[in-house]
Amino acid sequence: MKSFTGKTLRWELREGILELTLDHEPANEIGSEMLAELEKFAAALEALSSEASVCIIASARKHGFSAGADLRELYHAAAPLPEKERLAGVRNFLERIHKVLNAIDAAPLVTIAAVHGVCFGGGLELALACDLIVADKMARFAFPELRLGLIPGFGGIPRLKRDLGNAFVRDLLLTGRSVNAARAQAVGLVAQLAGEGEALRLARSTAAQIAKFDPGTRIAAKRFIKPIPYDELRREIDIFCELFMRPAVMAGLKKFVDSSDAMPYLP
Amino acid sequence: MRTLEQTTQEVLALAAQHFHVPLETLAPNDDFFKKLGIDSLQALELLTRLENHFGIELPDYEVQGVSDFRTLADRIQARL
Repeated sequence: MKSFTGKTLRWELREGILELTLDHEPANEIGSEMLAELEKFAAALEALSSEASVCIIASARKHGFSAGADLRELYHAAAPLPEKERLAGVRNFLERIHKVLNAIDAAPLVTIAAVHGVCFGGGLELALACDLIVADKMARFAFPELRLGLIPGFGGIPRLKRDLGNAFVRDLLLTGRSVNAARAQAVGLVAQLAGEGEALRLARSTAAQIAKFDPGTRIAAKRFIKPIPYDELRREIDIFCELFMRPAVMAGLKKFVDSSDAMPYLP
Repeated sequence: MRTLEQTTQEVLALAAQHFHVPLETLAPNDDFFKKLGIDSLQALELLTRLENHFGIELPDYEVQGVSDFRTLADRIQARL
């Protein structure tokens, strides 16, 4: 499928460059609908990889790349369920999103996240599955999960740890603070910094350069430099599920859903 | 080294410019959420613009609960 338009995202393959555009109101929250369409994308990726050198993942939403998991959907789906079913539902969602992100991580083409605005939680985890992050200077990155009594659950910690120094990983994770693109570039999270509104253009120009190289060499280089931490990713799902069953988490989710605070995302 | 008054004026000018509000309608004690009519994501945008303008990092937990320009400027001043 060279192009697809769904309810939350679309993709198009043109002249060897595949572009996946997230487009889900209000800020590309990743819930069941987006997950199902990301699964479609992951399933199509293998066939698309034979025709494309690069995949760019970007957002059409004004506020940013993605605000992360859809916490409202998570709360409303989980709250009425008995504990056992709640746990099974969360584990199933995590297994599915991990499968998608592992497919993006391991894809034989080069993946570029073109990021602007918020890139939080699950949104950052999606960007971290990519090979390069090109960020608008107004982008912000955060793992705010600890405010809910959780850790990132879509593979964020193992992938951040793979790419960056442990001290910065701890800063981001344990404070829950957001950092700007300049800081993210200084620590090595962002590969290239773009002017305001220019991330996608810069990602396309980078893609055009990458497309000039021999596919076999590109694939070998990527496999060599970017091992996927499967064991840690499995462990992360287990820890997330253990934490998720604590009453404090549902209370935190309820507080978030009910909040009328000006900045409810803050820890 | 800027004074707090200078920092406050720069914060007001930057907010006025980027959220298209006449500068003369903004005062240091104004609630910027109400005065600029911004939501939490736009507040993050303001935070990033301030960080870029002053060349500092301002952790968002330090501005949690802050809603007036003067206190915001004071938090910035502490990092200049």
